[in-house]
Amino acid sequence: MTGEYRLAEGGRINRDRPVRFRFDGHEYEGFDGDTLASALLANGVHQVGTSIRYGRPRGIASAGPEEPNALVQIEEPFPEPMLTATTVALHDGLVASSLPGQGRLATDPDPARYDAINAHCDVLVVGAGPAGLAAALSAARSGARVIIADSDTEFGGSLLGSDEELDHAPAGRWIDRVTAELRATPEVTVLPRTTVFGCYDDNYLVAVEHRGEDTFTRQRTWHVRAREVVLATGSHERPLVFPGNDRPGTMLAGSARTYVHRYGVLPGHRAVAFTTNDSAYAAAVDLHDAGVEIAAVVDVRPVATTLWTARCVERGIQILTNCAVTGTSGTDRVSGAQISPVPSGDSAPTVASELDCDLLLVSGGWNPAVHLHSQARGTVRYSEEICALVPDRATRGVRTVGAAAGTFTTGECLRTGSEAGSAAARATGFDADPAEVPSSPSGPVTPPQPTWLLPGLSADSDHDQFVDLARDATVADVRKAVGAGMSSVEHIKRFTTIGTAHDQGKTSGLLSSGVIAELLGVEVAQVGATTFRPPYAPVAFAALAGRDRGDLYDPIRVTAMHDWHLAQQCPFENVGQWKRPWYYPRPGEDMDSAVLRECHAVRTGVGMQDVSTLGKIDVQGPDAAEFLDLVYTNKMSTLKVGRIRYGLMCHADGMVFDDGTVMRTDEHRYLISTTSGGAAGVLEWLEDWLQTEWPHLRVHLTSVTEHWATIALAGPRSRDVLARVTSDIDLAADAFPFMSWTDGTVAGRAARVCRISFSGELAFEINVPWWHGREVWDALYEAGSDLDITPYGTETMHVLRAEKGFPIVGQDTDGTVTPHDLGMSWAVSKKKDDFLGMRSFSRADTVRSDRKHLVGLLPPADSAVVPEGTQLVELSELPEPPVPMLGHITSSYRSAALDRPFALALVKSGRDRIGQTVYGHVGDRLVPVEITEPVFYDKEGNRRDG
Amino acid sequence: MPRTPGADLPDHPDWLWNSPEPKHSYDVVIVGGGGHGLATAYYLAVNHGITNMAVLESGWLAGGNMARNTTIIRSNYLWDESAGLYEHAMKLWEGLEDELDYPLLFSQRGVLNLAHSLQDVRDSKRRVGANRLNGIDAEWLDADQVAEICPILNTSEDLRYPVMGATWQPRAGIAKHDHVAWGFARALDRMGVDLVQNCQVTGFDRIGDRITGVRTTRGDIAAGKVALAAAGSTSVLTDELGLALPIQSHPLQALVSELLEPVHPTVVMSNAVHVYVSQAHKGELVLGAGIDAYNSYGQRGAFHTIERELTAAVELFPMFSRAHVLRTWAGVVDVTPDASAIMGLTPFENLYVNCGWGTGGFKATPGVGWCYAHTIAHDEPHPLNAPFNLDRFATGALVDEHGAAGVAH
Amino acid sequence: MMLIPCPWCGPRNETEFHYGGQADVPYPAEPQELSDVEWARFLFYRANPKGLFSERWNHQAGCRRWFTVRRDTTTNEIFQDDSHEAVTR
Repeated sequence: MTGEYRLAEGGRINRDRPVRFRFDGHEYEGFDGDTLASALLANGVHQVGTSIRYGRPRGIASAGPEEPNALVQIEEPFPEPMLTATTVALHDGLVASSLPGQGRLATDPDPARYDAINAHCDVLVVGAGPAGLAAALSAARSGARVIIADSDTEFGGSLLGSDEELDHAPAGRWIDRVTAELRATPEVTVLPRTTVFGCYDDNYLVAVEHRGEDTFTRQRTWHVRAREVVLATGSHERPLVFPGNDRPGTMLAGSARTYVHRYGVLPGHRAVAFTTNDSAYAAAVDLHDAGVEIAAVVDVRPVATTLWTARCVERGIQILTNCAVTGTSGTDRVSGAQISPVPSGDSAPTVASELDCDLLLVSGGWNPAVHLHSQARGTVRYSEEICALVPDRATRGVRTVGAAAGTFTTGECLRTGSEAGSAAARATGFDADPAEVPSSPSGPVTPPQPTWLLPGLSADSDHDQFVDLARDATVADVRKAVGAGMSSVEHIKRFTTIGTAHDQGKTSGLLSSGVIAELLGVEVAQVGATTFRPPYAPVAFAALAGRDRGDLYDPIRVTAMHDWHLAQQCPFENVGQWKRPWYYPRPGEDMDSAVLRECHAVRTGVGMQDVSTLGKIDVQGPDAAEFLDLVYTNKMSTLKVGRIRYGLMCHADGMVFDDGTVMRTDEHRYLISTTSGGAAGVLEWLEDWLQTEWPHLRVHLTSVTEHWATIALAGPRSRDVLARVTSDIDLAADAFPFMSWTDGTVAGRAARVCRISFSGELAFEINVPWWHGREVWDALYEAGSDLDITPYGTETMHVLRAEKGFPIVGQDTDGTVTPHDLGMSWAVSKKKDDFLGMRSFSRADTVRSDRKHLVGLLPPADSAVVPEGTQLVELSELPEPPVPMLGHITSSYRSAALDRPFALALVKSGRDRIGQTVYGHVGDRLVPVEITEPVFYDKEGNRRDG
Repeated sequence: MPRTPGADLPDHPDWLWNSPEPKHSYDVVIVGGGGHGLATAYYLAVNHGITNMAVLESGWLAGGNMARNTTIIRSNYLWDESAGLYEHAMKLWEGLEDELDYPLLFSQRGVLNLAHSLQDVRDSKRRVGANRLNGIDAEWLDADQVAEICPILNTSEDLRYPVMGATWQPRAGIAKHDHVAWGFARALDRMGVDLVQNCQVTGFDRIGDRITGVRTTRGDIAAGKVALAAAGSTSVLTDELGLALPIQSHPLQALVSELLEPVHPTVVMSNAVHVYVSQAHKGELVLGAGIDAYNSYGQRGAFHTIERELTAAVELFPMFSRAHVLRTWAGVVDVTPDASAIMGLTPFENLYVNCGWGTGGFKATPGVGWCYAHTIAHDEPHPLNAPFNLDRFATGALVDEHGAAGVAH
Repeated sequence: MMLIPCPWCGPRNETEFHYGGQADVPYPAEPQELSDVEWARFLFYRANPKGLFSERWNHQAGCRRWFTVRRDTTTNEIFQDDSHEAVTR
């Protein structure tokens, strides 16, 4: 397939491996090593789409990630929107199509896998062109841990796109030798196809490795913490603004060189090169030598450099100095370029000639890729010398070298790279000398002539002079923005949308600053540029989500008895990260009937619940009692060893934030429990006070949640069941009273048994080492089988506790509720001088008598359960909004014991309204509910001893 | 010539605003040329006839949080105080395009606030109930109904935290932030109000506890009244006066994708899994998440916040898998202890403060302008912002929007 | 992703820590003697400087210790006590 655009030989493509692909419905062939763009060019396809606003034909303009035009939609192997043809590696089966500016997402699930990896290194080198390779080599030879990453499929950077020689041999040999040495060095990680796209605090850099469509993980995100960073990110060539500068066939000069040398592709057959600097000469010469006819080199400078003039003369290439391209012709592809002398002053240019061409090379100079330097909080300045932004002040530990620092000769890139690599390694304590660098024949580079807007063109042509090809934004748009009063580059960017496309202004950013400067009549430095933000290049969402999907989205915590619950096929409730059985339906049961049955079992027989998820904190030390007195609203120092007390915790603002039981296990030791979801927060909060406020207290805290498996055995028959599996615990009510604990043996295992009840029934809480949880659970279940022992879930637990008026923190409270609001003043000590929250109880708002109180609610006995969250109003008829609200229903259930619906609610002045009827706003109806005491069942507490 | 549908925005008018030198004296100086500052100046001019006024902006106009937010507009807040203010803003939004004669691209495409736990469901229903009684459109939807409104949302049981339903406010939506700011700015320019950019306020002139003017990088400016509207930078200003405020400045990050064919019909917010996402007018997906945990004025955040946000996004919207992040950025938001704003008088005569909007400032823009203008003009809070006074932190009468509603954004 | 110097464990990623805001805000010696305004100062008011800030972090995923660092809130650089030399970068 060496058609008229593919050279017979040369390039780094693998001509033994042809690759078939489809683009816009046509079948083509390329080679392994091609990009989609190079393969299309090899097939004579230059136009790859139409523009976003004006539908103008657009062609391949570059050979890299700066591409503004050649957006493609991948169709197969799997749809992916908005990639640039210049960065899509060609592979078999690729099907792509052109895009006018909006991509398309797949409707099928993405079958690919994405991964993440964390890495640490002494020196991270970003970019593997001459500067980056030299830097990595210097650092690697010192023994430092080095990572070198480059976006491209192979290392070499700009050298890949030239015929430069190093040490009098093709540069490729040096690249291969250095790459091989780096790969062979144990402490070096070599990452091609890896785009470092973000640079964050303390040298934390993020990269995405494109591993290929056929690999196990398609893309991998690297999180690299580097002690030192060398940025050798190269530069992007800048196009020129002139009328008709968007026709297909218009290409950055350096990119055309890349197509010839790297891919063996001629981007055209007859070219005009339009330039402000030397680099287009190199392209003209190379393309000429490859067989392209060069119609002229059009240089805005009055004089071309001697070196390049000589090379052109050798080849018979015409140089037109002090001239500019002031127009193009052609329909789907450029067919001619109009050349005019650069006018002086405001006089209109005269068209001197029109040159036929199918390729228009442009070069307005080079923009160092300062993106990562800037992301790292380095500053940039405008260099008058190279007419571009260059790094100014760097953050510590970040060095920028090579073209990214405005150094444009290969020799200097190699030298500065090598020095930066050794300096970086030295900074991390390694004895590093700069590696020797090969000799490079490249001569000095003369600076470009600043050229932003060609003088003397009529305003009519503004609409044909494109500043941002990707956004179809022209000089006319910039002129309009300036004319509307705008002078900030940020405003003009937003007004014109320049720099906001997929390429984030890689070619258009500084160009627009230059155009703005010309239109405002100020210096480019004064206009500046917009902020460089991550990512340097677009990154797929999925690559950043990585493996943290599905069950791995958040850790799943399960109890020792989880497999048993699974076997019952019960639905689970997510409580924090825990999976808790919600209810245990029997065949044919829905949730309501299952819960009624479970409730009934506990109230009349015996039930069992896995309550292992409750947080447990071991509090030890001589000052444990004093400490707990400070953090609980009630007094814990008076608790006797062997006894248990319920406790409330408030933040200093007086609002309840957790609750649980406090068990005194020794003179200097307590075991406290927290809510399932609140355990980590409570522990951290306790540590905060202990460590930072009361460091004199001799107390240690340890989370022991997962040391224990805990089973609640509840119901009037619970003592009978427990008695069958324990022989060394006297379970009689007077021997083992309510709110006490004892150690003993349960089902043959050491256990700590507590007389705690969250249902109001006689109940035991059996704690055994986690390892024995399932075994003891099974034994209890077996022991109660003839009593129809009933496992119950969180829903039944909620109903039973609500019947007793016990609040659930986080459900019946919302961070605005005090213990007094809950009617739990009994749990607030009046004997202590202070505890967390105490002072806040006397604030103006917390002493209001019309605060919301937790009360009970009774809807009509034969009515449905009123939904939780229902707002309550005073009137039986709704007035026009806004309607004053009294509060809301926090918990609402059907009670098996009462055979009716009931609820808990937070209601303004609720305790003063007991007996009143208020209305729940359900849908568009008002449901009458009677306010009651919050305790609905066994108010006297007669049932707790069985 | 063919244009890609939706991929472009309407044109801006030919003239926007002047950039005058500041005068030596104004009746009112507003510190901060963001959305709130501009809207306040606008309503001071329109409702109260004050035009001898300057809006001072330290950088480029509306270049702070106004330029950086994810443009969600909604009013479905839990507490009466919040609902009153945000709903007032919503009603103003509904007429703002006509009033400013500017294409604000205000699109009432609705917002879904997802519930992922039983407690989320309770809280959501509670908020819907409160909204309806406050005259705000709101519905509770179960997972199937959610899927009908937003078919690309993953409502299956496969999620680690499945979607159990959502609240739905149909009148909510998005607008184009720059257009909003520029619409106000153009109107102010026409009314003769000075919009002074690159003018940083460095201090205040005062006689005792009476503020008489501001010191700026462009000279001293005398002012009858000074109104702060500087969001994340408010503390820096008030520290000059020794005026302590209960606010903390944090980074808030957001990001956009490339332009995509329309797939996302509404706005989806999920506090439990920390992401909110809409598809803006040109087709880009706009995503935000929660604030970064630490104090910062850096206008940059940490990458793990972005990764977490995208994980949530791809979980909820599997279709977004191969969408690409084009750009991430951050603003500096000032957060209060109760996640509600502070707007009103200060202990200093002729000094007014509006801050603490956290992540919710954009949606309140016209409402803030209206009420803050009233406060400044009458030296007394408008009834709608009266609850958002500084005294509440002493009395304890907070308007706690995060504890109860969990919808801080 | 800041690298935060835990005094006990060494420098670790920010994600291992929980933020605790301004350091050295003592719990009042006699809370009951304070006015509501004074009490509110303790509860809700914290410094919010642009620049150096003494702040608390808790090494939640490590040693669980609380400690204080000085950080520049504009650059996130962390400084040793009294030093202007950043300890991490």
